[in-house]
Amino acid sequence: MSTATRYTPVAIVLHWLMALAIIGAFGVGLYMADLPFSMTRLKLYNWHKWAGVTILALAAVRLLWRLTHRPPAALPMPAWQASAAHATHNLLYVTFFAVPLLGWAYSSAAGFPIVWFGVLPLPDFVPKDKALADALKELHKFAAYGLALLVLAHVAGALKHRFIDRDGLMARMSLRRS
Amino acid sequence: MTKLLSALLLAAALIPAQAATLQADKSDLSFTFKQMGVPVDGKFKKFEAQLDFDAKKPEAGKIAFTVDLGSVSLGDASFDAEVAKAPWFDTKRNGKATFVSSGIKATGPNKYDVAGKLTIKGAVRDVVVPITLANGVASGAVPIKRLDFKIGDGEWADTSVVANDVTVKFKLAFAGI
Repeated sequence: MSTATRYTPVAIVLHWLMALAIIGAFGVGLYMADLPFSMTRLKLYNWHKWAGVTILALAAVRLLWRLTHRPPAALPMPAWQASAAHATHNLLYVTFFAVPLLGWAYSSAAGFPIVWFGVLPLPDFVPKDKALADALKELHKFAAYGLALLVLAHVAGALKHRFIDRDGLMARMSLRRS
Repeated sequence: MTKLLSALLLAAALIPAQAATLQADKSDLSFTFKQMGVPVDGKFKKFEAQLDFDAKKPEAGKIAFTVDLGSVSLGDASFDAEVAKAPWFDTKRNGKATFVSSGIKATGPNKYDVAGKLTIKGAVRDVVVPITLANGVASGAVPIKRLDFKIGDGEWADTSVVANDVTVKFKLAFAGI
């Protein structure tokens, strides 16, 4: 039985890279959606898509890593809190995949295939279709807001452990070794 | 009767012997360019072409082509509205683009190089368009540089966002050839 008190360095780096990418992509996504047609809008849409595909790739690596590496043992806490944390983590993983995949499908349906970083053309797994694009846009938005809420819950939980429980839970995912 | 006859004669005289008429419903005019690496396809819905051509004497042939720039469609409403504006086609002041051939040269069976002048937004460029002409259908593709014609002026001249290279593709079906 592992007695590790911290996540592995790879898991920690993946966590924080994804945190940055998700916050960035969400902020850009909120801002760009209401912009009138402009060069800025065009650039932001492409950057947002590149970030989204990057998040999808990181999520795949992270899921594989998580499935093949044991996380540190759970800290003592009430059962309902442990369940809530567990459910939040599971749903976060679902949205890590769902939000970028819905965005990718939306882009394809709208007739704009994604070319990752302007270099790697990604396949379209849905046809160009206006009605489908409108539906996927709403689903992408809905899933993204869901992801944002889960992130808020996740951060609130972590802060509770940091400032109320003071149980050192956050140190397990800290970039600095304590 | 005489009136009708003379009208018919006049009409016949106005139509050159080998002129072919464009069948718009069987013809396509489209183009492709890249926007931050993403291929974007567009098409023109309205265009006219006059072809005066005899395969036995290709060098004597003539092609004139007119495109209604306002009929452009990129398959996305926000793009279509943008492309009509002054930095792009400026369709209020430049309704038409034209191509007028100056010489046709046979390059192989059913294949020809059509040299001519392409005019868009007041800019004139000499281009050579390779075409395949078979069964009354002229088809081919020609690469052009959008900035030669100031298509996408000002901030849009940045080719890292919208590439300079545009491939124009056409399939023109003619009756009476």
